[in-house]
Amino acid sequence: MFYHMLTPIRLTLAAGCAVSLLHAAPALAQQAAEVHLTYSNGAFQPSEVRAPADRPVVFRVKNLDGKAMEFESKSLRVEKVVAAKSEGVINVRPLKSGRYEFYDDFNEKARGVLTVQ
Amino acid sequence: MLAALIIVFREVFEAGLIVGIVLAVTRSVPRRNRWIGGGLLAGVVAACLVAAFAGVLSQLFDGMGQELFNASILAIAVVMLTWHNVWMARHGKEIAGEMRAIGQAVVEGSKSLLALAVVVAVTVLREGSEVALFLYGVAASDGGSAANLTIGGLMGLALGVAVCLLTYFGLMRIPPRALFATTTVLITLLAAGMAAQAVAFLQRANWLKPLNTVMWDSGWLLSESSIVGRALHTLVGYTDQPTGMQVVIYLAVILVTVMLMRLVGSGRRQHVIAAG
Repeated sequence: MFYHMLTPIRLTLAAGCAVSLLHAAPALAQQAAEVHLTYSNGAFQPSEVRAPADRPVVFRVKNLDGKAMEFESKSLRVEKVVAAKSEGVINVRPLKSGRYEFYDDFNEKARGVLTVQ
Repeated sequence: MLAALIIVFREVFEAGLIVGIVLAVTRSVPRRNRWIGGGLLAGVVAACLVAAFAGVLSQLFDGMGQELFNASILAIAVVMLTWHNVWMARHGKEIAGEMRAIGQAVVEGSKSLLALAVVVAVTVLREGSEVALFLYGVAASDGGSAANLTIGGLMGLALGVAVCLLTYFGLMRIPPRALFATTTVLITLLAAGMAAQAVAFLQRANWLKPLNTVMWDSGWLLSESSIVGRALHTLVGYTDQPTGMQVVIYLAVILVTVMLMRLVGSGRRQHVIAAG
């Protein structure tokens, strides 16, 4: 909200500089594996997804419903509100092999599993 | 109804603890209710605004707007809490002595109250925006279940207020002399914990890369999602899987607070000696 009030161009420039500086520092980080999910009618689609071990994972959660949802997982240590009709991007650090459950914190019935191997 | 109660309670729990501490810290400051109330109100209004613009907010900074926003408001709270501690190191005795120079203390006191009101506002904003989003979703959905969920939500809110009162009256049982030291320690750890949380948000946004590996996992001993874990998470920043940078920043905030308090406290003493 507050960012919105600042001049967009200057903000973008500043953010761009900061990001490129921060990104340049470590040797090329491993390519993140992307996981795409949609959320509609109070359920994840697909509800079972896979990702490779020892690589960062990026969830892209598209909420098609008319109300906000909160993508949450204790084992993945993520918690992010995805507003109605929008997409949320969630970064997860490299994972060990295993099963990781995720759910909508606003609606316990919506659950899914990430299998890492 | 139970689900709504749990969701709302989980969010207001943290705010309840922090507001309870702030009330205890400011117990003898005149007009404190107006300031704290103002902070609460500002927090609620801001929470609704953030909820209303949640979609826009998340799209900023390549989808990392939410994380950066949370990190920023946590940083504001850390600065305010630290500033309060340092201010108290300088003026605490005057306030404890109450009647002495009360006029001056009122003027100075309101400065510190502003800092704490900001802390309250920021806390309510952070926790409240999720409650607002959830309740909005409930209101948007249809029929009788909505009324049920609203009742659940209100009960959750009432429980949050109960946590606040319990914290406040719990702290009030501590003798005044020890209370000052207790709240100073509490606020320092609160600030350190919030700083570590801000680091976690920056790391999730991939904006802070150094020392981004988990140092240990104490989840087997105390899970962060248990009720005790959650309370300690709020109060002292407990995390069962902290990253290196989180530990570094946590310790740094404590160190800086202690140093600033020493500096300002001793500066004052010398000043008094010089004047005498």
